[in-house]
Amino acid sequence: MSIIINKLSYTYDPGLSFEKKALDDVSITIHEGQIAGIIGHTGSGKSTLIQHMNGLIKVNAKGKVLVDQEDLFDLRKDVHTVCQKVGMVFQYPEMQLFEETVEKDVGFGPKNLGLDEHSVKERVVEALDMVDLDYDKIHQRQPFFLSGGEKRRVAIAGILAMKPKYLILDEPTAGLDPYTREQLLDEILKINKEKGITIIMVSHDMDEVSRLTDVLYVMQKGRIALSGATREVFAQYDKIRDLGLMVPEITEVLLGISRCKPDLDYTLFDLDLAVKEILKNIHYHGN
Amino acid sequence: MEIRKSISIGQYIPANSFLHMLDPRTKLISVLGFIVMIFFIKDLFGYLLLLVLMILLIFLSTIPFSFFLRGLKPILFLILFTVVIQLFMTKGTLLLALGPLKISLEGVFAATYIFLRLVLLVFASSLLTLSTSPIGLTNALEYLLRPFKVIGIPASEISMMMTIALRFIPTILEETDRLIKAQTARGVNFEKGNLFKRLQQLIPILIPLFVSAFRRADDLAIAMEARCFQVGKKRTHLKELSFTLRDWLFFVLFFVPVLSIVWFY
Repeated sequence: MSIIINKLSYTYDPGLSFEKKALDDVSITIHEGQIAGIIGHTGSGKSTLIQHMNGLIKVNAKGKVLVDQEDLFDLRKDVHTVCQKVGMVFQYPEMQLFEETVEKDVGFGPKNLGLDEHSVKERVVEALDMVDLDYDKIHQRQPFFLSGGEKRRVAIAGILAMKPKYLILDEPTAGLDPYTREQLLDEILKINKEKGITIIMVSHDMDEVSRLTDVLYVMQKGRIALSGATREVFAQYDKIRDLGLMVPEITEVLLGISRCKPDLDYTLFDLDLAVKEILKNIHYHGN
Repeated sequence: MEIRKSISIGQYIPANSFLHMLDPRTKLISVLGFIVMIFFIKDLFGYLLLLVLMILLIFLSTIPFSFFLRGLKPILFLILFTVVIQLFMTKGTLLLALGPLKISLEGVFAATYIFLRLVLLVFASSLLTLSTSPIGLTNALEYLLRPFKVIGIPASEISMMMTIALRFIPTILEETDRLIKAQTARGVNFEKGNLFKRLQQLIPILIPLFVSAFRRADDLAIAMEARCFQVGKKRTHLKELSFTLRDWLFFVLFFVPVLSIVWFY
């Protein structure tokens, strides 16, 4: 089971002098259970690509988007099936909060699906739990008076309450303080590992991408410039730099050390593993 | 469904045409004059003259004609409605009868007039906004309102308000698009349902839109105060408007034929 994107192209404002080619013959496959990362500069086509994955942008004639072997074009006919398959968390999702209470807002999606009150509540409790919010404490509060981090979590819970199989996150940590960011990243990891929800994540932050993702797609000018397992992609650090992007800080450090210790494996992103690797190399030569 | 694409209010198409380079005041006065003309003229020949003049101006602006047609879209229903009413409700020499519906010769004329009048109105105002930057437009308005300061009209404040409003139209449209998409992803189907249901579906769009508009207004107010903006104080302009030979030339070329039409009738 997977999301397959085949030869997808998309142009904004076609035919006008300011037309912009956002996607140019993009083909990718995202397998179930993965955390996939999409990185690239502003305007490289990331947002356009992810909006294709749940039918918010119509797939044009040449390309194809298959979700679990079903053509999105057919799925789109019933908005509700698409929502339940592929959840979409936009950038700054707290902007979409509008209800009087957290409970009502998170329950908005399930209610649209036509579920009864009991199952709506069940889903709300479960979704809030997935983002580490306590239903009993928060469900009667007004979304507009929550803290930034809580608002973000409530908004994400609103999508999780749709019980999607695939969850798309567009820069989920943008504008959060470092502590909340770490927490949210842990929650995303947990959602993937414990609930088995496939995650597709757009990000500008190489450190969080390297920590979380299994596979990585690097976009440039509407094309996939690099792709593969995250470790392998960052191993091509010179290519990444050529694209005007940065490698994770941890890779910078390991690369620096590997210049005098060539045996060092610089494709580690876990801090503990990296420390061990450095110590191993230094000790090896020291002895 | 994209709202941004279907609304062209306040859109400005930059170019280097003769019309773009005119002083905004020239254009504002000319458009006002043209609009007065539209209501002044009462026969077909006059309208055809105005239409030819309009087409010439559109040609001169180098802006694609499709943008002008887009301006018609929002009021298409209004145009059709008034044309149909004029066509069937005007009494006079019978021309054609379809059962109880009667079309008179006078009706055909009245419908044509009203059609041309509305289209010319839209084209004239589109021409102004498409070829003039919003800043230029508000500066021109401020200048032209200056004499009325004596009777207490706050010219510079009005123009500041207009500048801010025009500046945020695209931003708010973009945000609306985003919210529509975000709520669609939560299972709202904006393309289905009866009138009541559709109105209800606007709530998840309108509330966040208002919330962020108020927040943005607050931020803007603070940013303006931080830069010492004060109501009622005289402000200078970075770019002073200047009348050139080009503007006088345009006035002559524009108003001589237009005024001669008036004189003619």
